[in-house]
Amino acid sequence: MKIEEYEDIPGTTVFDAQRARKGYHINQFLYSLMKDENRKAFLADEHKYLLGYPMSEEARQAVMKRDWNRLLELGAVSYALAKLAFTDGHSYQYMAAEMTGMTQQQYADMMIHGGRSVEGWRSKRERGEA
Amino acid sequence: MAKIIAGIGTSHTPAIGAALDLGKTAEPYWAPVFQGYAPCQQWMEENKPDVVIMVYNDHVNAFDFKIIPTFAIGCGDEFAIADEGWGARPVPVVRGYPEFASHLVQSLVLDEFDITIVNEMQVDHGLTVPMSLAFGQPKQWPVKVIPLAVNVIQYPAPTGNRCYNLGKAIKKAVEAWDEDLKVVIFGTGGMSHQIQGPRAGLINTPFDTAFLDDLSRDPKRLVNIPPIEYLREAGNEAIELVMWLIMRGALGDKVDEVYRFYHVPASSTGVGHIILETGEYHRQRQGKAAA
Repeated sequence: MKIEEYEDIPGTTVFDAQRARKGYHINQFLYSLMKDENRKAFLADEHKYLLGYPMSEEARQAVMKRDWNRLLELGAVSYALAKLAFTDGHSYQYMAAEMTGMTQQQYADMMIHGGRSVEGWRSKRERGEA
Repeated sequence: MAKIIAGIGTSHTPAIGAALDLGKTAEPYWAPVFQGYAPCQQWMEENKPDVVIMVYNDHVNAFDFKIIPTFAIGCGDEFAIADEGWGARPVPVVRGYPEFASHLVQSLVLDEFDITIVNEMQVDHGLTVPMSLAFGQPKQWPVKVIPLAVNVIQYPAPTGNRCYNLGKAIKKAVEAWDEDLKVVIFGTGGMSHQIQGPRAGLINTPFDTAFLDDLSRDPKRLVNIPPIEYLREAGNEAIELVMWLIMRGALGDKVDEVYRFYHVPASSTGVGHIILETGEYHRQRQGKAAA
């Protein structure tokens, strides 16, 4: 597989064609949560509902653990993942904060103070991560 | 003849729509944002466009992953408001303009842009938040709307250059329509933001400021920004800014910036807003004001 330049951006999982292909059924599951009857059925028995979608058991476990960053790696896209956060009664910002490892309050404070600076967040190579 | 008189650049952050719908516009967090858009509502009152071409992106609401069109134009009579997971926004149904939209599609395909025709679709915050910011909370929207949805979710989005050229072809198509219409084109999304992964929350104000500056000063520079630069410098979701270049391309070479607003944050986003009048329309307006 070609190593894309954007793989060097730290803390970022670009939803490209390969990830979209891998994550197709996870994303279709997440899309199904737009309907209230589906949200109810999912919450009533998460694993049973997930068996209706041909994804890996690892992906099902990541959904049930709300392991957002793992789900990004498995090919879920953030806008679809938001449907899962909403199903839980959470906001998008709650999910974004969890992805960063901050509390929602810490995250909101960071945003009020101008957000995360790009300095130090441009390149994995620069950060010694690659 | 139909004419594009101005372009509007604006973020379309869903939280802004929620704040408006829940009556939070006077809260200290939100008040600066809504104050920042008051001049836009005034501009719309004064200039009364007939049609809006709304360049926006769907956020996995109208389109799932079965089919992912790069450019899609809504040709329906009307577009219902999507329930994105917390109930549909309480805003009026969006009225389309099927005859004009179909003409645009026909002209654009002949100009070698492969447009997907969408006769039925719902519209999400990407379209409705800019409508609310520009037109407030009317019982009915005062304009017809042609939705132009761009894929910016699955990488790669169309390049800035492609978007700019699409804008030029839209200008040509609009001017070939034999009806006196004032058209305003919106480029929405952005500005800097990242809303996924450990780097979420990224904001790059200098990047955003330079982008706003160069919409009138040096659009060629913006057209040549490669995708990696948006992602790396301004956040994974900043790629939405290519949609502003469709708007910019549709305005012709000379534009006059008549208003600008920038604010951090709305939720996770650097909110940017600009009003660019076409050179021709701006001179007309100044002539009228002087007379």
